[in-house]
Amino acid sequence: MTLLADLATPVVMGILLGGLYAVIALGLSLVFGVVKEINIAHGDLVILGGYFGYVAMTMLGIDPIMSLVIGIPILFGIGFAIQKYLLNRAFRISMDATLIIAFGISIILESTYQLVWTPMSRGLTTPYALDSISVGPVHVPLVYLLDFIAAIVVMLFLHEFLRRTYLGRAIRAAAQDRKAAHLMGINTDQVYAFTLGISAAFAAIAGVFLGLTFSFTPVSGMAFLIIALGVIVLGGLGSIVGTFVGAIVFGVVQTVSGHFFGVAAQMLAAYTMVLVVLAVIPRGIFGSR
Amino acid sequence: MPEQALLKVSNIDAFHGSFQALWDVSLSVNPGEIVAIIGANGSGKSTLIDTISGFVHPAKGSIEFEGNNISKLEPFHIVKLGISQTPEGRRVFPDLTVLENLIIGSYNSKARPERAQNLKRVYQLFPILEDRRAQLARTLSGGEQQMLAIGRGLMSNPKLMLLDEMSLGLAPLIVNELYKALREIRKRGITILFVEQNVRRSLIEADRAYIMEAGRVVLSGNPAELREEEKVKRAYFGA
Repeated sequence: MTLLADLATPVVMGILLGGLYAVIALGLSLVFGVVKEINIAHGDLVILGGYFGYVAMTMLGIDPIMSLVIGIPILFGIGFAIQKYLLNRAFRISMDATLIIAFGISIILESTYQLVWTPMSRGLTTPYALDSISVGPVHVPLVYLLDFIAAIVVMLFLHEFLRRTYLGRAIRAAAQDRKAAHLMGINTDQVYAFTLGISAAFAAIAGVFLGLTFSFTPVSGMAFLIIALGVIVLGGLGSIVGTFVGAIVFGVVQTVSGHFFGVAAQMLAAYTMVLVVLAVIPRGIFGSR
Repeated sequence: MPEQALLKVSNIDAFHGSFQALWDVSLSVNPGEIVAIIGANGSGKSTLIDTISGFVHPAKGSIEFEGNNISKLEPFHIVKLGISQTPEGRRVFPDLTVLENLIIGSYNSKARPERAQNLKRVYQLFPILEDRRAQLARTLSGGEQQMLAIGRGLMSNPKLMLLDEMSLGLAPLIVNELYKALREIRKRGITILFVEQNVRRSLIEADRAYIMEAGRVVLSGNPAELREEEKVKRAYFGA
Protein backbone atom coordinates (compact mmCIF):
# COMPACT_ATOMS: atom_id res chain seq x y z
CA MET A 1 0.00 0.00 0.00
CA THR A 2 1.44 3.35 -0.98
CA LEU A 3 1.55 6.29 1.37
CA LEU A 4 -0.90 8.16 -0.83
CA ALA A 5 -3.59 5.50 -0.61
CA ASP A 6 -2.92 5.22 3.10
CA LEU A 7 -3.46 8.96 3.48
CA ALA A 8 -6.63 9.12 1.38
CA THR A 9 -9.07 8.12 4.12
CA PRO A 10 -7.74 10.40 6.89
CA VAL A 11 -7.53 13.36 4.50
CA VAL A 12 -11.09 12.93 3.26
CA MET A 13 -12.32 12.40 6.82
CA GLY A 14 -10.48 15.54 7.89
CA ILE A 15 -12.11 17.59 5.14
CA LEU A 16 -15.56 16.30 6.08
CA LEU A 17 -14.90 16.79 9.80
CA GLY A 18 -13.90 20.33 8.89
CA GLY A 19 -17.51 20.75 7.78
CA LEU A 20 -18.66 20.11 11.35
CA TYR A 21 -16.08 22.54 12.72
CA ALA A 22 -17.21 25.11 10.16
CA VAL A 23 -20.83 24.92 11.33
CA ILE A 24 -19.70 25.33 14.96
CA ALA A 25 -17.32 28.19 14.11
CA LEU A 26 -19.59 30.14 11.71
CA GLY A 27 -21.96 31.19 14.48
CA LEU A 28 -19.08 32.29 16.69
CA SER A 29 -17.41 34.09 13.79
CA LEU A 30 -20.60 35.95 12.85
CA VAL A 31 -21.07 37.32 16.36
CA PHE A 32 -17.40 38.21 16.66
CA GLY A 33 -17.43 40.00 13.29
CA VAL A 34 -20.64 41.95 13.88
CA VAL A 35 -21.08 42.53 17.60
CA LYS A 36 -17.32 42.25 18.38
CA GLU A 37 -18.17 39.90 21.25
CA ILE A 38 -16.44 36.62 21.93
CA ASN A 39 -19.40 34.53 22.95
CA ILE A 40 -17.75 32.17 25.43
CA ALA A 41 -21.10 30.35 25.78
CA HIS A 42 -21.26 29.44 22.07
CA GLY A 43 -19.92 25.92 22.65
CA ASP A 44 -22.54 25.37 25.36
CA LEU A 45 -25.29 26.50 22.98
CA VAL A 46 -23.97 23.91 20.52
CA ILE A 47 -24.24 21.25 23.24
CA LEU A 48 -27.77 22.46 24.00
CA GLY A 49 -28.53 21.76 20.34
CA GLY A 50 -27.09 18.27 20.89
CA TYR A 51 -29.31 17.65 23.93
CA PHE A 52 -32.30 18.96 22.01
CA GLY A 53 -31.66 16.37 19.31
CA TYR A 54 -31.18 13.75 22.05
CA VAL A 55 -34.54 14.54 23.67
CA ALA A 56 -36.31 14.58 20.30
CA MET A 57 -34.82 11.20 19.44
CA THR A 58 -35.16 9.33 22.73
CA MET A 59 -38.42 10.75 24.06
CA LEU A 60 -40.34 11.66 20.92
CA GLY A 61 -38.79 9.24 18.47
CA ILE A 62 -38.01 11.99 15.95
CA ASP A 63 -34.88 11.83 13.82
CA PRO A 64 -32.44 14.43 15.24
CA ILE A 65 -31.97 16.13 11.87
CA MET A 66 -35.74 16.44 11.41
CA SER A 67 -36.04 17.80 14.97
CA LEU A 68 -34.12 20.89 13.83
CA VAL A 69 -37.40 22.23 12.46
CA ILE A 70 -38.24 22.94 16.11
CA GLY A 71 -34.69 23.18 17.49
CA ILE A 72 -33.62 26.03 15.21
CA PRO A 73 -36.40 28.47 16.20
CA ILE A 74 -36.02 27.60 19.90
CA LEU A 75 -32.25 28.20 19.91
CA PHE A 76 -32.79 31.35 17.82
CA GLY A 77 -35.14 32.65 20.51
CA ILE A 78 -32.68 31.82 23.30
CA GLY A 79 -29.82 33.57 21.47
CA PHE A 80 -31.97 36.60 20.69
CA ALA A 81 -33.03 36.89 24.33
CA ILE A 82 -29.48 36.51 25.67
CA GLN A 83 -28.29 39.40 23.51
CA LYS A 84 -31.33 41.58 24.02
CA TYR A 85 -31.71 41.25 27.79
CA LEU A 86 -28.16 40.57 28.95
CA LEU A 87 -25.36 41.33 26.51
CA ASN A 88 -26.77 44.53 24.97
CA ARG A 89 -26.96 45.99 28.46
CA ALA A 90 -23.50 44.81 29.45
CA PHE A 91 -22.20 46.22 26.15
CA ARG A 92 -22.92 49.76 27.35
CA ILE A 93 -20.65 49.22 30.36
CA SER A 94 -17.68 47.65 28.60
CA MET A 95 -16.61 44.82 26.34
CA ASP A 96 -15.15 43.01 29.36
CA ALA A 97 -18.61 42.96 30.92
CA THR A 98 -20.03 41.03 27.95
CA LEU A 99 -17.20 38.51 28.24
CA ILE A 100 -17.87 37.95 31.94
CA ILE A 101 -21.62 37.63 31.42
CA ALA A 102 -21.13 35.17 28.57
CA PHE A 103 -18.84 33.19 30.88
CA GLY A 104 -21.59 33.21 33.50
CA ILE A 105 -24.13 31.98 30.95
CA SER A 106 -21.71 29.19 30.06
CA ILE A 107 -21.45 28.04 33.69
CA ILE A 108 -25.23 28.20 34.16
CA LEU A 109 -25.84 26.16 31.00
CA GLU A 110 -23.26 23.51 31.90
CA SER A 111 -24.65 23.12 35.43
CA THR A 112 -28.17 22.88 34.08
CA TYR A 113 -27.14 20.12 31.67
CA GLN A 114 -25.55 18.20 34.57
CA LEU A 115 -28.78 18.42 36.56
CA VAL A 116 -31.13 17.54 33.72
CA TRP A 117 -29.13 15.02 31.74
CA THR A 118 -26.52 13.86 34.33
CA PRO A 119 -22.76 14.00 33.63
CA MET A 120 -23.05 10.83 31.53
CA SER A 121 -21.83 10.87 27.97
CA ARG A 122 -24.60 11.03 25.34
CA GLY A 123 -24.69 10.51 21.61
CA LEU A 124 -27.29 10.54 18.87
CA THR A 125 -27.33 6.89 17.87
CA THR A 126 -29.53 6.83 14.81
CA PRO A 127 -30.12 3.82 12.54
CA TYR A 128 -27.63 5.31 10.06
CA ALA A 129 -25.02 6.22 12.69
CA LEU A 130 -22.78 3.31 11.76
CA ASP A 131 -23.27 3.39 7.97
CA SER A 132 -20.23 4.19 5.92
CA ILE A 133 -19.45 5.05 2.34
CA SER A 134 -16.59 3.63 0.29
CA VAL A 135 -15.17 5.14 -2.86
CA GLY A 136 -12.05 3.27 -4.05
CA PRO A 137 -9.58 3.23 -1.16
CA VAL A 138 -11.55 5.81 0.83
CA HIS A 139 -13.90 4.70 3.59
CA VAL A 140 -15.78 7.35 5.53
CA PRO A 141 -18.73 7.25 7.95
CA LEU A 142 -21.98 8.56 6.46
CA VAL A 143 -22.41 11.10 9.28
CA TYR A 144 -19.13 12.78 8.31
CA LEU A 145 -20.56 13.34 4.84
CA LEU A 146 -23.74 14.76 6.43
CA ASP A 147 -21.56 17.14 8.49
CA PHE A 148 -20.03 18.48 5.32
CA ILE A 149 -23.37 18.87 3.56
CA ALA A 150 -24.70 20.75 6.59
CA ALA A 151 -21.71 23.11 6.39
CA ILE A 152 -22.36 23.85 2.72
CA VAL A 153 -26.06 24.51 3.36
CA VAL A 154 -25.36 26.79 6.37
CA MET A 155 -22.68 28.71 4.46
CA LEU A 156 -24.80 29.28 1.38
CA PHE A 157 -27.72 30.36 3.53
CA LEU A 158 -25.58 32.84 5.46
CA HIS A 159 -23.99 34.21 2.31
CA GLU A 160 -27.31 34.80 0.56
CA PHE A 161 -28.98 36.11 3.70
CA LEU A 162 -26.25 38.70 4.31
CA ARG A 163 -26.36 39.86 0.70
CA ARG A 164 -30.00 39.81 -0.27
CA THR A 165 -32.11 40.86 2.72
CA TYR A 166 -32.49 44.21 4.46
CA LEU A 167 -31.61 42.58 7.79
CA GLY A 168 -28.54 40.93 6.28
CA ARG A 169 -27.31 44.21 4.83
CA ALA A 170 -28.04 45.92 8.15
CA ILE A 171 -25.92 43.28 9.93
CA ARG A 172 -23.01 43.97 7.57
CA ALA A 173 -23.47 47.73 7.87
CA ALA A 174 -23.54 47.57 11.68
CA ALA A 175 -20.37 45.45 11.61
CA GLN A 176 -18.56 48.07 9.51
CA ASP A 177 -19.67 51.31 11.17
CA ARG A 178 -22.03 51.33 14.13
CA LYS A 179 -22.74 55.06 14.13
CA ALA A 180 -23.33 55.21 10.40
CA ALA A 181 -25.70 52.25 10.77
CA HIS A 182 -27.71 54.28 13.28
CA LEU A 183 -27.88 57.08 10.76
CA MET A 184 -29.47 54.67 8.28
CA GLY A 185 -32.31 54.13 10.72
CA ILE A 186 -30.94 50.79 11.91
CA ASN A 187 -31.68 49.83 15.51
CA THR A 188 -28.29 48.25 16.18
CA ASP A 189 -29.38 46.67 19.48
CA GLN A 190 -32.05 44.80 17.55
CA VAL A 191 -29.60 43.85 14.81
CA TYR A 192 -27.20 42.46 17.42
CA ALA A 193 -30.03 40.43 18.98
CA PHE A 194 -30.87 38.98 15.57
CA THR A 195 -27.19 38.23 15.00
CA LEU A 196 -26.86 36.24 18.23
CA GLY A 197 -30.19 34.56 17.42
CA ILE A 198 -28.86 33.42 14.04
CA SER A 199 -25.61 32.31 15.67
CA ALA A 200 -27.56 30.22 18.20
CA ALA A 201 -29.71 28.77 15.40
CA PHE A 202 -26.46 27.64 13.76
CA ALA A 203 -25.47 26.18 17.14
CA ALA A 204 -28.66 24.09 17.07
CA ILE A 205 -27.59 22.66 13.71
CA ALA A 206 -23.99 22.18 14.87
CA GLY A 207 -25.16 20.42 18.04
CA VAL A 208 -27.22 17.83 16.20
CA PHE A 209 -24.42 17.03 13.75
CA LEU A 210 -21.89 16.98 16.57
CA GLY A 211 -24.10 14.49 18.42
CA LEU A 212 -24.33 12.32 15.31
CA THR A 213 -20.54 12.35 14.95
CA PHE A 214 -19.23 12.21 18.53
CA SER A 215 -20.56 11.63 22.01
CA PHE A 216 -20.78 14.64 24.31
CA THR A 217 -21.09 15.47 28.00
CA PRO A 218 -22.43 18.59 29.77
CA VAL A 219 -18.96 20.16 29.68
CA SER A 220 -18.02 19.34 26.07
CA GLY A 221 -18.95 22.86 24.96
CA MET A 222 -15.66 24.36 26.06
CA ALA A 223 -13.58 21.89 24.03
CA PHE A 224 -15.52 22.73 20.87
CA LEU A 225 -15.42 26.46 21.63
CA ILE A 226 -11.63 26.21 21.69
CA ILE A 227 -11.57 24.36 18.39
CA ALA A 228 -13.89 26.99 16.90
CA LEU A 229 -11.65 29.81 18.14
CA GLY A 230 -8.65 28.11 16.54
CA VAL A 231 -10.58 27.75 13.29
CA ILE A 232 -11.60 31.41 13.22
CA VAL A 233 -8.13 32.67 14.00
CA LEU A 234 -6.70 30.35 11.37
CA GLY A 235 -9.13 31.36 8.64
CA GLY A 236 -9.00 35.08 9.31
CA LEU A 237 -11.54 37.07 11.30
CA GLY A 238 -14.89 37.92 9.80
CA SER A 239 -14.73 35.92 6.59
CA ILE A 240 -17.19 33.12 5.82
CA VAL A 241 -14.90 31.46 3.30
CA GLY A 242 -11.96 31.92 5.68
CA THR A 243 -13.83 30.17 8.48
CA PHE A 244 -14.69 27.29 6.15
CA VAL A 245 -11.13 26.89 4.88
CA GLY A 246 -9.75 27.25 8.41
CA ALA A 247 -12.11 24.51 9.59
CA ILE A 248 -11.02 22.14 6.84
CA VAL A 249 -7.32 22.75 7.46
CA PHE A 250 -7.90 22.18 11.17
CA GLY A 251 -9.85 18.97 10.51
CA VAL A 252 -7.26 17.55 8.11
CA VAL A 253 -4.32 18.27 10.43
CA GLN A 254 -6.24 16.56 13.23
CA THR A 255 -7.14 13.39 11.34
CA VAL A 256 -3.79 13.01 9.57
CA SER A 257 -1.77 13.52 12.77
CA GLY A 258 -4.14 11.17 14.56
CA HIS A 259 -3.59 8.60 11.86
CA PHE A 260 0.18 8.63 12.28
CA PHE A 261 0.71 9.50 15.94
CA GLY A 262 -2.50 8.50 17.67
CA VAL A 263 -5.46 10.39 19.11
CA ALA A 264 -3.40 11.99 21.87
CA ALA A 265 -1.36 13.95 19.30
CA GLN A 266 -4.38 15.41 17.45
CA MET A 267 -4.97 18.60 19.40
CA LEU A 268 -1.27 19.17 19.92
CA ALA A 269 -0.66 18.98 16.18
CA ALA A 270 -3.69 21.14 15.32
CA TYR A 271 -2.79 23.92 17.73
CA THR A 272 0.89 23.85 16.85
CA MET A 273 -0.23 24.36 13.26
CA VAL A 274 -2.48 27.31 14.28
CA LEU A 275 0.47 28.96 16.01
CA VAL A 276 2.81 28.36 13.07
CA VAL A 277 0.30 29.77 10.58
CA LEU A 278 -0.22 32.83 12.76
CA ALA A 279 3.51 33.38 13.09
CA VAL A 280 3.81 33.41 9.29
CA ILE A 281 0.51 35.17 8.37
CA PRO A 282 -0.79 36.92 11.50
CA ARG A 283 -4.09 37.84 9.84
CA GLY A 284 -4.99 34.24 9.08
CA ILE A 285 -5.48 32.64 5.70
CA PHE A 286 -8.26 34.96 4.49
CA GLY A 287 -7.84 37.85 6.91
CA SER A 288 -8.23 41.30 5.42
CA ARG A 289 -7.76 43.65 8.35
CA MET B 1 -47.74 85.54 10.80
CA PRO B 2 -44.59 83.39 10.86
CA GLU B 3 -44.98 79.91 9.43
CA GLN B 4 -44.38 76.97 11.77
CA ALA B 5 -40.72 75.97 11.96
CA LEU B 6 -39.83 72.50 10.66
CA LEU B 7 -37.12 72.19 13.29
CA LYS B 8 -37.05 74.19 16.50
CA VAL B 9 -34.19 73.80 18.95
CA SER B 10 -34.90 75.65 22.19
CA ASN B 11 -32.32 76.47 24.85
CA ILE B 12 -30.49 73.15 24.90
CA ASP B 13 -27.50 72.17 27.02
CA ALA B 14 -25.62 69.01 26.04
CA PHE B 15 -22.72 67.12 27.55
CA HIS B 16 -20.02 64.68 26.49
CA GLY B 17 -19.49 62.89 29.79
CA SER B 18 -18.80 65.73 32.23
CA PHE B 19 -17.74 68.19 29.52
CA GLN B 20 -20.48 70.64 28.55
CA ALA B 21 -20.40 70.97 24.75
CA LEU B 22 -23.56 73.05 24.19
CA TRP B 23 -24.76 76.01 26.27
CA ASP B 24 -28.32 77.26 25.91
CA VAL B 25 -28.40 76.78 22.14
CA SER B 26 -31.49 77.80 20.19
CA LEU B 27 -32.06 77.55 16.46
CA SER B 28 -34.93 77.15 14.04
CA VAL B 29 -35.23 75.99 10.46
CA ASN B 30 -38.28 76.73 8.33
CA PRO B 31 -39.59 74.42 5.62
CA GLY B 32 -37.68 74.83 2.34
CA GLU B 33 -34.76 76.79 3.81
CA ILE B 34 -31.03 76.20 3.52
CA VAL B 35 -29.50 77.12 6.87
CA ALA B 36 -25.80 77.07 7.79
CA ILE B 37 -24.12 76.52 11.14
CA ILE B 38 -20.69 78.14 11.05
CA GLY B 39 -17.91 77.84 13.55
CA ALA B 40 -14.35 76.77 14.19
CA ASN B 41 -13.25 73.33 15.30
CA GLY B 42 -14.58 72.51 18.75
CA SER B 43 -17.29 75.17 18.67
CA GLY B 44 -20.02 72.55 19.19
CA LYS B 45 -21.38 72.35 15.62
CA SER B 46 -21.05 68.60 15.32
CA THR B 47 -22.44 68.05 18.81
CA LEU B 48 -25.46 70.13 17.85
CA ILE B 49 -26.00 68.00 14.74
CA ASP B 50 -25.58 64.81 16.78
CA THR B 51 -28.03 66.09 19.37
CA ILE B 52 -30.65 66.73 16.69
CA SER B 53 -29.97 63.22 15.34
CA GLY B 54 -30.47 61.66 18.78
CA PHE B 55 -26.92 60.47 19.53
CA VAL B 56 -26.68 62.95 22.39
CA HIS B 57 -29.74 63.72 24.51
CA PRO B 58 -29.92 67.31 25.72
CA ALA B 59 -29.71 67.81 29.50
CA LYS B 60 -31.95 70.85 29.23
CA GLY B 61 -34.22 72.39 26.61
CA SER B 62 -36.18 70.80 23.79
CA ILE B 63 -35.91 69.84 20.14
CA GLU B 64 -39.14 69.90 18.15
CA PHE B 65 -39.57 68.48 14.66
CA GLU B 66 -42.89 69.28 12.96
CA GLY B 67 -44.17 70.32 16.37
CA ASN B 68 -43.28 67.07 18.17
CA ASN B 69 -40.61 66.84 20.86
CA ILE B 70 -37.89 64.48 19.60
CA SER B 71 -35.20 65.22 22.19
CA LYS B 72 -35.53 61.83 23.91
CA LEU B 73 -35.82 59.67 20.79
CA GLU B 74 -33.13 57.28 19.53
CA PRO B 75 -31.31 57.93 16.23
CA PHE B 76 -33.09 55.17 14.29
CA HIS B 77 -36.45 56.62 15.29
CA ILE B 78 -35.48 60.13 14.25
CA VAL B 79 -34.42 58.92 10.79
CA LYS B 80 -37.85 57.40 10.33
CA LEU B 81 -39.51 60.72 11.22
CA GLY B 82 -37.67 62.34 8.32
CA ILE B 83 -34.32 63.71 9.52
CA SER B 84 -31.25 62.27 7.83
CA GLN B 85 -27.66 63.09 8.69
CA THR B 86 -24.68 62.95 6.35
CA PRO B 87 -21.90 62.68 8.93
CA GLU B 88 -18.50 64.29 9.01
CA GLY B 89 -15.95 62.07 7.29
CA ARG B 90 -18.71 60.64 5.04
CA ARG B 91 -18.68 57.24 6.77
CA VAL B 92 -19.90 55.24 3.81
CA PHE B 93 -19.83 51.48 4.45
CA PRO B 94 -16.46 50.63 2.89
CA ASP B 95 -17.10 46.95 2.22
CA LEU B 96 -20.58 47.34 0.80
CA THR B 97 -21.04 48.19 -2.87
CA VAL B 98 -22.29 51.62 -3.93
CA LEU B 99 -25.72 50.16 -4.63
CA GLU B 100 -25.81 48.35 -1.27
CA ASN B 101 -24.89 51.58 0.50
CA LEU B 102 -27.82 53.28 -1.22
CA ILE B 103 -30.21 50.42 -0.48
CA ILE B 104 -29.28 50.43 3.21
CA GLY B 105 -30.17 54.14 3.18
CA SER B 106 -33.78 53.09 2.59
CA TYR B 107 -33.76 50.72 5.61
CA ASN B 108 -36.49 52.53 7.56
CA SER B 109 -39.96 51.16 6.93
CA LYS B 110 -41.31 54.44 5.57
CA ALA B 111 -38.58 54.69 2.92
CA ARG B 112 -38.66 51.09 1.69
CA PRO B 113 -41.76 51.38 -0.52
CA GLU B 114 -40.19 54.39 -2.29
CA ARG B 115 -36.81 52.78 -2.80
CA ALA B 116 -36.95 52.43 -6.60
CA GLN B 117 -38.13 55.99 -7.08
CA ASN B 118 -35.58 57.47 -4.68
CA LEU B 119 -32.80 55.45 -6.29
CA LYS B 120 -33.70 56.89 -9.70
CA ARG B 121 -33.58 60.42 -8.26
CA VAL B 122 -30.20 59.84 -6.63
CA TYR B 123 -28.81 58.56 -9.95
CA GLN B 124 -30.20 61.65 -11.70
CA LEU B 125 -28.45 63.86 -9.17
CA PHE B 126 -25.16 61.93 -9.23
CA PRO B 127 -24.90 59.88 -12.47
CA ILE B 128 -21.41 58.72 -11.46
CA LEU B 129 -22.97 56.62 -8.69
CA GLU B 130 -24.95 54.63 -11.24
CA ASP B 131 -21.77 53.96 -13.24
CA ARG B 132 -20.02 52.79 -10.09
CA ARG B 133 -22.95 50.97 -8.47
CA ALA B 134 -21.24 47.55 -8.37
CA GLN B 135 -17.95 48.85 -6.90
CA LEU B 136 -17.10 48.66 -3.21
CA ALA B 137 -17.51 52.07 -1.60
CA ARG B 138 -13.89 51.97 -0.39
CA THR B 139 -12.70 52.22 -4.02
CA LEU B 140 -14.40 55.59 -4.63
CA SER B 141 -12.59 58.93 -4.54
CA GLY B 142 -13.31 61.31 -1.66
CA GLY B 143 -15.72 63.37 -3.74
CA GLU B 144 -17.56 60.30 -4.97
CA GLN B 145 -17.82 59.00 -1.41
CA GLN B 146 -19.36 62.31 -0.37
CA MET B 147 -21.87 62.01 -3.23
CA LEU B 148 -22.63 58.49 -2.04
CA ALA B 149 -23.08 59.70 1.53
CA ILE B 150 -25.53 62.39 0.38
CA GLY B 151 -27.31 59.93 -1.92
CA ARG B 152 -27.57 57.43 0.93
CA GLY B 153 -29.14 60.16 3.08
CA LEU B 154 -31.67 60.94 0.33
CA MET B 155 -32.68 57.27 0.16
CA SER B 156 -34.17 57.55 3.66
CA ASN B 157 -36.81 59.93 2.25
CA PRO B 158 -35.94 62.89 4.48
CA LYS B 159 -37.82 66.13 5.03
CA LEU B 160 -34.72 67.63 6.62
CA MET B 161 -31.12 66.82 5.71
CA LEU B 162 -28.30 67.53 8.13
CA LEU B 163 -24.88 67.75 6.48
CA ASP B 164 -21.76 67.83 8.65
CA GLU B 165 -18.60 69.26 7.04
CA MET B 166 -19.53 68.16 3.56
CA SER B 167 -16.67 69.93 1.79
CA LEU B 168 -13.88 69.01 4.19
CA GLY B 169 -10.76 67.93 2.31
CA LEU B 170 -12.33 68.11 -1.15
CA ALA B 171 -11.15 70.04 -4.21
CA PRO B 172 -13.00 73.32 -4.94
CA LEU B 173 -14.43 72.01 -8.21
CA ILE B 174 -16.01 69.05 -6.42
CA VAL B 175 -17.28 71.30 -3.65
CA ASN B 176 -19.00 73.43 -6.33
CA GLU B 177 -20.64 70.32 -7.69
CA LEU B 178 -21.82 69.25 -4.23
CA TYR B 179 -23.36 72.65 -3.49
CA LYS B 180 -25.06 72.57 -6.88
CA ALA B 181 -26.55 69.24 -5.83
CA LEU B 182 -27.75 70.77 -2.55
CA ARG B 183 -29.60 73.49 -4.44
CA GLU B 184 -31.16 70.79 -6.59
CA ILE B 185 -32.17 68.83 -3.47
CA ARG B 186 -33.79 71.94 -2.03
CA LYS B 187 -35.79 72.35 -5.25
CA ARG B 188 -37.18 68.90 -4.59
CA GLY B 189 -38.67 70.25 -1.37
CA ILE B 190 -36.09 69.00 1.11
CA THR B 191 -34.95 71.41 3.82
CA ILE B 192 -31.21 71.60 4.52
CA LEU B 193 -29.19 72.39 7.63
CA PHE B 194 -25.46 72.24 7.02
CA VAL B 195 -22.36 72.65 9.14
CA GLU B 196 -19.37 74.31 7.54
CA GLN B 197 -16.02 75.78 8.50
CA ASN B 198 -15.77 77.78 5.29
CA VAL B 199 -17.56 81.03 6.14
CA ARG B 200 -17.45 82.63 2.70
CA ARG B 201 -18.97 79.59 1.10
CA SER B 202 -21.65 79.24 3.77
CA LEU B 203 -22.75 82.83 3.43
CA ILE B 204 -23.08 82.39 -0.33
CA GLU B 205 -25.13 79.21 -0.14
CA ALA B 206 -27.35 79.69 2.89
CA ASP B 207 -30.57 81.66 3.36
CA ARG B 208 -29.65 82.17 7.00
CA ALA B 209 -26.74 81.23 9.23
CA TYR B 210 -25.92 80.70 12.88
CA ILE B 211 -22.41 81.33 14.13
CA MET B 212 -21.17 79.23 17.04
CA GLU B 213 -18.29 79.75 19.42
CA ALA B 214 -17.36 77.59 22.41
CA GLY B 215 -20.68 75.78 22.47
CA ARG B 216 -22.91 78.85 22.14
CA VAL B 217 -24.72 80.54 19.29
CA VAL B 218 -23.12 83.98 19.22
CA LEU B 219 -24.71 85.46 16.09
CA SER B 220 -27.44 84.67 13.63
CA GLY B 221 -29.10 86.27 10.67
CA ASN B 222 -29.14 86.38 6.88
CA PRO B 223 -25.85 86.50 4.97
CA ALA B 224 -26.06 90.23 4.17
CA GLU B 225 -26.48 91.10 7.84
CA LEU B 226 -23.76 88.74 8.98
CA ARG B 227 -21.20 90.06 6.49
CA GLU B 228 -21.64 93.50 8.04
CA GLU B 229 -21.06 92.30 11.60
CA GLU B 230 -17.72 93.56 12.87
CA LYS B 231 -17.11 90.32 14.68
CA VAL B 232 -17.56 88.24 11.54
CA LYS B 233 -15.41 90.57 9.51
CA ARG B 234 -12.59 90.42 11.99
CA ALA B 235 -12.76 86.73 12.72
CA TYR B 236 -13.36 85.39 9.26
CA PHE B 237 -12.61 87.94 6.58
CA GLY B 238 -9.53 89.47 8.10
CA ALA B 239 -10.92 92.99 7.78
